[in-house]
Amino acid sequence: MPYQLIWVIFLLPLAAFALTGMGTRLFAKDRPALSGYISVAAIAGSLILSVWALITVLSSTGHELPVPALDWLVVGSLNVQLGMIVDPLTVIMLIVITFVSLMVQLYSQGYMHGDPGYHRYFAFISLFTFSMLGLVLFDNLLITFVFWELVGLCSYLLIGFWFQRPAAANAAKKAFIVTRIGDFGFLAAIILLLSQTGTLDIGELNNLAVTGLLAGSALTWAALGIFFGAVGKSAQFPLHVWLPDAMEGPTPVSALIPAATMVAAGVFLVARMFPLFESSEAALLTVAIIGGVTAIFAATMGLVMTDIKRVLAYSTISQLGYMMLGLGTGGVAVGIFHLVNHAFFKGLLFLGAGSVNHAAGTFDMRKMGGLRKVMPWTFVTFLVASLSMSGIWPLSGFWSKDEILASSLANQPVLFWLAMITVVMTAFYMFRVIFMTFGGHYRGDGHPHESPRVMVLPMVALGVLAAVSGLVNVTGGFGAFLGHGETHGFIEGLFGIFTHPLPWFGLILAGAGILLAYAMYSAQWLSPLRIRRFFAPLHTIFSRKYWMDELYENVITRLVLMKGIFAGFQLFDSHVIDDGINSRIIEQGIVRNFFNSLKFFDEKGVDGAVDGVADTTLGAGKRARKAQTGQLQVYGLFIVLGILAIILLAYFLS
Amino acid sequence: MGLDHYLILSAVLFAIGLYGAFSKRSAVVILMSIEIMLNAAAIAMVAFSRYIVPTELTGQVFTIFIIVVAAAEATVGLAIIMSIYRNRDTIDATKIDLMKW
Repeated sequence: MPYQLIWVIFLLPLAAFALTGMGTRLFAKDRPALSGYISVAAIAGSLILSVWALITVLSSTGHELPVPALDWLVVGSLNVQLGMIVDPLTVIMLIVITFVSLMVQLYSQGYMHGDPGYHRYFAFISLFTFSMLGLVLFDNLLITFVFWELVGLCSYLLIGFWFQRPAAANAAKKAFIVTRIGDFGFLAAIILLLSQTGTLDIGELNNLAVTGLLAGSALTWAALGIFFGAVGKSAQFPLHVWLPDAMEGPTPVSALIPAATMVAAGVFLVARMFPLFESSEAALLTVAIIGGVTAIFAATMGLVMTDIKRVLAYSTISQLGYMMLGLGTGGVAVGIFHLVNHAFFKGLLFLGAGSVNHAAGTFDMRKMGGLRKVMPWTFVTFLVASLSMSGIWPLSGFWSKDEILASSLANQPVLFWLAMITVVMTAFYMFRVIFMTFGGHYRGDGHPHESPRVMVLPMVALGVLAAVSGLVNVTGGFGAFLGHGETHGFIEGLFGIFTHPLPWFGLILAGAGILLAYAMYSAQWLSPLRIRRFFAPLHTIFSRKYWMDELYENVITRLVLMKGIFAGFQLFDSHVIDDGINSRIIEQGIVRNFFNSLKFFDEKGVDGAVDGVADTTLGAGKRARKAQTGQLQVYGLFIVLGILAIILLAYFLS
Repeated sequence: MGLDHYLILSAVLFAIGLYGAFSKRSAVVILMSIEIMLNAAAIAMVAFSRYIVPTELTGQVFTIFIIVVAAAEATVGLAIIMSIYRNRDTIDATKIDLMKW
């Protein structure tokens, strides 16, 4: 078959978007199911063609398909071509995206049934799939950036799908703005790369990095900029705050965006530009550290959430941290392998959470319990996904997590220990969810029932993959497909893994986490309440999410940006330093007497100096902000004056 | 009539538009001024295209894009002005200063 068919993979969802967004919405308003069928048919077509692409790439020599390029933009010496890279990384992503999208769309037909925005929902979700496919297919960073932004736009539209609810509207804005901060880094990296090399072709850039023509600080900064974009998109620390809030969207959207595909875009981008990272030790180390820290940081917050979707949200952030750690220490194959497995089991977990919500009418786990009997299918699939994510042999999560642990042990021992602690936490919070949701007795006041077949079937399909997708790398074949690693026999790989001590260690830790969850939430050997009281300060920190939201909201947004930096200093001084340090330390009476003796000096000397500085900056700020009249016309006038000045300067200097 | 004449016309139109956009109070007049600037740019493009690369239609194509964008912009702009008027009972640009500290 001709290689132009690759274009069809990518254009089918766009056609579905156009049809459902304009056609059916206008002409078949009374037949909402039609939109769903169109979207599902389009994405199913894409999936079939993706499988064809995978087979072709597998059988072709060099594992790469030549797809003819089109001229898109010619400005001076910059010639942007619409070309595609179809290599192993791309086809793996194609399969993951189209498969998870298909499952989510099938499931949505049940979940969104009767929603007044049914047409709109399928239009958006098709547009999203289209953008994701474009992101992974094209070979030019500028076009990647265009689709990168389109994905951001779609996430905004989908998270804020129920925009009548203020929480959803705010979550959408937050997701958009926070990822935009990361995008700034990506854009800066693109500009830097263009100015340094004159090309934006991904293949050429990677070649330049490999051959050493692009090196030094420019390379490091470019790689860090790209990684910063990935940090925003993949919800890594410190830009992770948008993802938990994104749970306000419809649950299938949570399965698609935060779990399976959009957040994977960041990981994919790092993998795609990996030669750049590989050539810069600093950049690679940053990736590994951010990944490892994010993994444990998010897991701690997942321990205490009572909203089932929030637990899953934090576990997603944590698993994405694992992927970054895998990329930073082990290379493309390790990170992408976990991405693939994660897409299946996390997509399934979210669909399961949606199914539970469909039955119990709430996401609050305290109002669930005992659902095992009424929802057997949901329970079994959810259990498989949880076991897989906890890393239990021989489910998929075990294989990818083991590789990440092994590579981090080899390269970054400190991060390895963080990752090991995270293994216990992961197993614990996943089984906490299971015992609270499915075990014990029903604590709510509804009448739970199993979900309709159209929702159960996608879950079963994903469940099968969540169980077996790890087996593709038992022989090492997945790693070899992505460019490195050796292969060995299947049986040898399946059982031979236990000749190393590390998998045993991981399994024991995961088992310990599960046992702890069982002891606390099922057998009640340990009272969760008492443990919570015992660790009260930690519990507060975790459940308030380390005050990151408050930090961003109050300190950065409100003070620095809204009131101006100068006024911000004074408030920071009075709120954080005075209230925080003074009230907490002094009122708790740790060193009260000692402080009394120092009071005189404190009030006159320290306060005087601090207040003096604050007053001066405040005064300066009050005067400086008068320049901000709030009238666009004045701003515009200054812009024109600035441009005139630049033109005159350029004219006289040349 | 040479290229210069067209460029001067374009520059004059642009200056008029710029002046209008920054000095008028009514949001509708500001919108009209912006349209004038867009048209000034369109004239310059067509003139350059006609005199510098007469065999190609680059400038004309760009101009068609400008016309389309201008139409869309007028639609959106007027809709925004309408909703501002409904909310605040004024379209005086100097009174719409929500961005003021």
